[in-house]
Amino acid sequence: MTAPHQAPLLRRMSLAAAAPVSAALLALVFSSIILIISGSNPLTAWGDMLSYGSRLETIVDALNRATPLYLSGIAGAIAFRMNLFNIGVEGQYILAAFMGAYVGGQINLPAPLHVATIMLTAMIVGALWAALAGLLKVTRGVDVVIATIMLNFLAISGLVAFMLPRLQEESDSLTTATKAIPSSGQMPNLNGVVELVTREIIRGRELTGMFAVAIAVGIIYHLFVNRTRLGYDLRASGINPEAARASGVPPKRMIMLSMALSGAVAGLVGMPEILSDSHKYDDAFIQKLGFAGIAVALLGRLSPWGIAAAALLFGFLDASGVILDANDQASREVVVIMQGVILLAAVIAYQVVTRYRARQEAADATAALLNEAEATS
Amino acid sequence: MTTDAVVLDGITKRFPGVIANDNIMLRVADGEIHAICGENGAGKSTLMKILYGMQPADEGTMHVHGELVNFDSPSDAINKGIGMVHQHFMLADQLTVLENVILGAEPGGKLIDFDTARTKFAELSAAYGLDVDPDTLVENLEVGERQRVEIIKVLFRGANVLILDEPTSVLVPDEVDELFRSLRELKAQGKTIIFIDHKLQEVLEISDSITVIRRGKTIKTVPAESVTAHELAELMIGSELPTPDTRDSTVTDRVVLDLVNLTVIDENDRPSLNHVSLTIHAGEIVGIAGVEGNGQSELVDAIIGTHVAASGTIALNGQSIDGWNVRKRREAGIGYVPQDRHVEGLLLSSPLWENAALGHQTKAPYSKGIWIDKDGAHEQTETIRVDFDVRTPSVDVAAHALSGGNQQKLIIGREMTAHPKLLIAAHPTRGIDVGAQAAVWDAIRDARAAGLAVLLISADLDELIGLSDTLQVIYHGDLVAELDPAKVTSRELGSYMTGAALTKEATS
Amino acid sequence: MTATMEKTTAAPSGLLNTWRNLRTPVRWMLYAFFAIFVLTIVQGLPFDDTERLTAGATASAMLRRAVPIMLAGLGGLVSERAGVVNIGLDGMMVLGTWFGAYGALEFGPWGGIVLGLIGGAIGGLIHAVATVSFGVDHIISGVAINIVSLPVARYLSDQIFTGYTGGSISQSPSVDATSKFSIPLLAGGFGGPDLLAEINDWDIPVLSNIADFSHGLFADVTWFTGLAYALVPAITWMLWRTRFGLRLRSCGEHPTAADSLGIDVYFYKYAAVMMSGGLAGVGGAYIAIEQSNIYKEGQVVGRGFIGLATVIFGNWRPAGTALGAALFGYIDALKLIDIEGSAIHAFLLVIVLCLSGVVVWAVTRKSKVDAVLAGVMATAFLTWYVLSDSIPSPFVKVAPYVIVLLVLVFASQRLRMPKADGLPWRKGDH
Repeated sequence: MTAPHQAPLLRRMSLAAAAPVSAALLALVFSSIILIISGSNPLTAWGDMLSYGSRLETIVDALNRATPLYLSGIAGAIAFRMNLFNIGVEGQYILAAFMGAYVGGQINLPAPLHVATIMLTAMIVGALWAALAGLLKVTRGVDVVIATIMLNFLAISGLVAFMLPRLQEESDSLTTATKAIPSSGQMPNLNGVVELVTREIIRGRELTGMFAVAIAVGIIYHLFVNRTRLGYDLRASGINPEAARASGVPPKRMIMLSMALSGAVAGLVGMPEILSDSHKYDDAFIQKLGFAGIAVALLGRLSPWGIAAAALLFGFLDASGVILDANDQASREVVVIMQGVILLAAVIAYQVVTRYRARQEAADATAALLNEAEATS
Repeated sequence: MTTDAVVLDGITKRFPGVIANDNIMLRVADGEIHAICGENGAGKSTLMKILYGMQPADEGTMHVHGELVNFDSPSDAINKGIGMVHQHFMLADQLTVLENVILGAEPGGKLIDFDTARTKFAELSAAYGLDVDPDTLVENLEVGERQRVEIIKVLFRGANVLILDEPTSVLVPDEVDELFRSLRELKAQGKTIIFIDHKLQEVLEISDSITVIRRGKTIKTVPAESVTAHELAELMIGSELPTPDTRDSTVTDRVVLDLVNLTVIDENDRPSLNHVSLTIHAGEIVGIAGVEGNGQSELVDAIIGTHVAASGTIALNGQSIDGWNVRKRREAGIGYVPQDRHVEGLLLSSPLWENAALGHQTKAPYSKGIWIDKDGAHEQTETIRVDFDVRTPSVDVAAHALSGGNQQKLIIGREMTAHPKLLIAAHPTRGIDVGAQAAVWDAIRDARAAGLAVLLISADLDELIGLSDTLQVIYHGDLVAELDPAKVTSRELGSYMTGAALTKEATS
Repeated sequence: MTATMEKTTAAPSGLLNTWRNLRTPVRWMLYAFFAIFVLTIVQGLPFDDTERLTAGATASAMLRRAVPIMLAGLGGLVSERAGVVNIGLDGMMVLGTWFGAYGALEFGPWGGIVLGLIGGAIGGLIHAVATVSFGVDHIISGVAINIVSLPVARYLSDQIFTGYTGGSISQSPSVDATSKFSIPLLAGGFGGPDLLAEINDWDIPVLSNIADFSHGLFADVTWFTGLAYALVPAITWMLWRTRFGLRLRSCGEHPTAADSLGIDVYFYKYAAVMMSGGLAGVGGAYIAIEQSNIYKEGQVVGRGFIGLATVIFGNWRPAGTALGAALFGYIDALKLIDIEGSAIHAFLLVIVLCLSGVVVWAVTRKSKVDAVLAGVMATAFLTWYVLSDSIPSPFVKVAPYVIVLLVLVFASQRLRMPKADGLPWRKGDH
């Protein structure tokens, strides 16, 4: 009796790649149509984006944009692994960034410690805010989706809106902002590292040091989820909650833990801007990264490499899309529309592939069973 | 001579790996109450699904009132006057009784004519003695009332052949009487009733004819008045029971599991487990025989810890484990082979070595400190693979790629290699091939010889007789009999399992 | 979403029995009157400058703010009643604002309403295709639609509005609203008597306040608002009195049962989600046409999510959703009208009163945890009231969300969510 037939590696890999690739192609076609309708030449537009995009400065820009996206994606993925839809990354990261910036502006510590304190503050704030939603679920059964959406508003339009004017640094400028973080609290950039392999980067573009942090977070995420006991429990709870429960995983503790971890990483999402760019929190602080992170996490199928690829893709699209406005080819909206279409097309494609795979495996299993039956009869 | 209501001739239905219905013959006379008896897995539900149009038969013909029919969907069956009252009610809890009854057959046009609906409902209710308030939400109804709603539902659509699937399985005796009153009333009005049941005393009480099905085949059709409960039991189970191996007893004096007065309350506030006391010693296999749904899963859940018992105590090796969570109990040495491996036993999309760790992930060799010990897990899984003959090209393959038998061998292997003190094995060889079954039995026997205590729950009498040292029968949440597997007859066992013996005792 | 059910106990007392037998819309109307009653009491307290709490002007402002929320809420309700969660309401509202403004520009305000409906329904169609036909998770699909709709609106503005004077990539030229009318008999419509104004003039303590407040709801309302009013009973009627509605609800409660009775579950889910999008679109159109008289980027400001919250608040009933929207609209309106901040401050007392009510309710139900929790919160709010003069505006802004959370915390067990809400369903799976 032979063991059930397992599809060859190439077939499996191409199947795994089929979904995102077809989604990207679909988005490309769709966006091209939009461009044509609005009177632009898609080929010129894509050509412009590619040539602009291959400039070193744009690549640096793309990596800078990809960094918070990646962190946001990882944050979401931690909760999604347990089928907890933490839509609250948005509120968590903004609240965390604000607190981090405020604390960073108030204290003065030697360099690495200062930066670490800011990051730690942000992570703790994010974790607590996310854990609040987890607590509501575990004690009162409140649905995570609604709770996190409500908490988003509470954090952004409530807490931060309340605290920012009261804790701001008095200044002449029209914007409201926290006290600027002194240089000991600023994260060094990675231009030196990059310039080792390429030419000198034109002034004004700096690869944020958080890029390295993001890579580290990704590695830690991978190790945690795939190599640790807790990560095992987490994944099991997401794959099959009943089996996880029967195997001893404590369900309530798991929910609290995954929400807290998710929130902690969410806290880092605002760090690139706080630590490498503006060095304060003001009312122009970048928003919508939480939702973009959800998209990136889903596109990347919750895997650290997939999320990285998705974040890089979106980052590249954002960065090179700048040229479209400048060259009057089309508006930058095409880029965001493309991202949205990619997301939607990809999740649909994933479903189709999953169903196809399941059908294939069922057929394989039946065939194997019949073979076995024949062999023994 | 009136035409028969329903004639099923040569019905055959195959699923991957098993023949659910094998050349079934069923003849239901017009206006009679006809019971279909058989154990779980005998093929009754499949047959009824075919009759109701939920599944097509592979071979065979169906005649309804003399007309050859071919059903593609339940709507076709409904059109021919067949109505099905499912065992697991198909009622929307948050809609009213009336809404549930008229759904899909609403009087009036786009606007529902509630007046006509109410009138018709009242007529049906009165005509058949099915008393229930049309305006309450279904969730507020008792189980017996919900069943009445299901019956009215099929009558509303003009059914004259009613199929009831295990209607009494959720009812208490009073409600059963109510139901039977209604059934007699329905019969008096010319309806034909087919119902599936395995509680033989009830079957004899209400039916005109009885068809026994076993392992997918029609065994016999008899008039109810010409057969006794014990004879029926024998027909259902088969007159030959396996003889257990003669072997030296490995039962020791050391008590491993001690249940005292364990009671579990279900969501309807009824005891699904009723003051059950049980002792299992090291080296002993205690088998629990019983028709499914009599409290076995509640017993398992209470011991494992996924469902807290309402009262009573559980002690493992002399130490009380009440209030311990699942992890603590598993770590204390309770092994678990769940009755549905896909639901509770496996992570289908994960590789085998991760599945081997399931339930043991906090200990060596599967983990080291906070880390999962991938190498250790691989080694252990390899050992399991070899020792328990799990057919797979490698331990990295995903679990869903294995056949059922190999999946089960893996589960048995992972539990055994963790050296449990108590093994709970629920239907351990369900749905697996003969070879794997033998391997699982050998593994359990070997472990018992080494001092393992086993709680074996099964519907497979071969298994129960062959493995158990002590045989208990569970019925309606009570342990009703303790039998010697070497000496018990199939009649006796069947009678206890189906409640026939009890009622006889009660009335004698 | 989880929401477990509590069985109603047998043989309740007479008053309770009467209450339970009341038709649900009537119940919600009684809640509304009770709410105004409470407001009147607070207004009578000699603490603050609270005369605005039940003023007619407040009611008018409340109405304008509440309608879009209610329309989004009704959209969410219809969809969830069929078992599909529509997180994308926000995005569909955005499409509604754009298409509404465009339609109003080209075809007048009613054209805007129609086009807004179509725009939202297109969003609904996408959501339906993804969730019903492909089984994509409802949340994911909704999030995707939210992400896409803003840039789509921006793109369309760039294409079309920039060609108009006063238009740009982020806004449209101004548009006209529908004309106004007053409800006859009650508020002097069509030259008839103005009962409510009369009662108000009589100056009877509670009654006149109610009259004053209600007058604001019925006088000088636009036809669009009238349409919105009419939608509440219309949707109630549709869901509970028509064949279509019953089958739709069955798909959200027990799709397998519905399927076993020959109902095409996929059809009803599609219909419900598209209606949901259409309603959200109309809500967006209202914002553009009635409220702001313009399409402007970022108009919606998360009102789709608030709409979703009103569904929960209203226990998945249209009348309840409307009341929830009214509550949120009320808080919004207070903020606008009450510049000194004292009326909003007084609203804290209202919350204290409500929480005290929860304590009483919890005690009668013998749930200690609920009682303690509510009691602690009531004390906290009372302390806040006493120690402060006014509420900072951010907190007022997020009051609706806090209220939703409070409702969820205390009422998760009592809410009647459609049983199969949010569950992907495939024929033949069961």
